[in-house]
Amino acid sequence: MNFSVLQFPASNCDQDAVHAVRLLGHSARLVWHKDSSLGDTDVVIVPGGFSYGDYLRCGAIARFSPVMQAVKQFADNGGLVLGICNGFQVLTEAGLLPGALIRNRDLQFHCENIFLKTATPDSPFTSQIPAGKILRVPIAHGEGCYFADEETLAKLKANNQILWQYCDATGNLTDTANPNGALQNIAGICNERRNVAGLMPHPERVCEPLLGSDDGKWIFESIFAALKNKTVAQAA
Amino acid sequence: MKAKIIITQKKAVLDPQGKTVQTALEHMGYTGVTGVHIGKYIEIDLAPGTDKAAAEKALNDAAHKLLSNPVIEDYRLEIE
Repeated sequence: MNFSVLQFPASNCDQDAVHAVRLLGHSARLVWHKDSSLGDTDVVIVPGGFSYGDYLRCGAIARFSPVMQAVKQFADNGGLVLGICNGFQVLTEAGLLPGALIRNRDLQFHCENIFLKTATPDSPFTSQIPAGKILRVPIAHGEGCYFADEETLAKLKANNQILWQYCDATGNLTDTANPNGALQNIAGICNERRNVAGLMPHPERVCEPLLGSDDGKWIFESIFAALKNKTVAQAA
Repeated sequence: MKAKIIITQKKAVLDPQGKTVQTALEHMGYTGVTGVHIGKYIEIDLAPGTDKAAAEKALNDAAHKLLSNPVIEDYRLEIE
C-alpha cells in the first residue's frame, strides 16, 4: 500500500510518519506542498509540525497549498486521509473535518505522554485497536483544544464520529486527564463518511518498543486492514 | 486606501488569554473590568483609487476564507 505524506514548509513529523509506515511493512513517500497531484496513493497523511510557521492560525495557510486541493479531491472520492497534530488543524481549516483546534486552556505547550481511549472501533482508523485497550501516545502541541459549536458536537456524537478521547491510565474520561481543555476530552474525530480522520496525539512516534511504546501501530494496522478489505471488495 | 480587519473570538469559544489578562488587571488593582477579549488586527494597504465597493466584496470573501475562521471567530471590516 502506498502512503503519501505531505510536506509543508515547517512540517517536522513527516519523516517520522514515513518511518512508521515503512517499519510496519508498507511504502511511503513525501509529497511536496507545491505538487498538485498525489500520484498513485492509497492513503494520505497530513503530518505534524508548524506548517507555514503557524502564521495567522495553525493550518490556515497550508489549507490553500496546491497539494491540499488534490487531497480534497482524493477525500471526496473516498480516499483515506489521516491528519496528525498540525495535520488535524490543517484538515479542520480545510473544512474536511468539523470544528477547530484552539489554544490550550492553560496557554502552555504540552509535550508529554497521554492516555487515549478509543471511542468506537467503527472506522478505518480504529477497527484493529484491541477492545478496551488504552493507548499511551505522546502529544506535543500548543493549540490542541478541540472546539465545535453545540450543534456540531451533537452531530459528532449522533454519528459516532468521535474516535479518541483523553483519559486516565484506567480509561476514565476525567478533566485532569484532559491536557488541553478539549470539549468532551476529544483527541480525534472523523468526518461523517468516516474516510477522513484527525487527532492531536502522535501515533507515528510510538510504533516500535525501542521508542517506549508501540501503541501507535494499532491505528496504522487499522488503516492497513481497511485498505485490504477495500481491495478484496473491489476484486470480488 | 487602507482596509482594517478586526478579528475576535466568538463568545462561546474559550479565551484563556483574555481570562489571564483580566486576572492580571485585577491583581494590578484595576477595578470594574468585567471581561477581556483578545483578538487580531490586520491592516491591508490598497492601491490608490481602488473601488471601495469592489474592495469590500473581495475582502469579505478573503476574511471569510482565510483571514478569519468562521467556526471560532467573527470579524469586522472597515475601509478608509
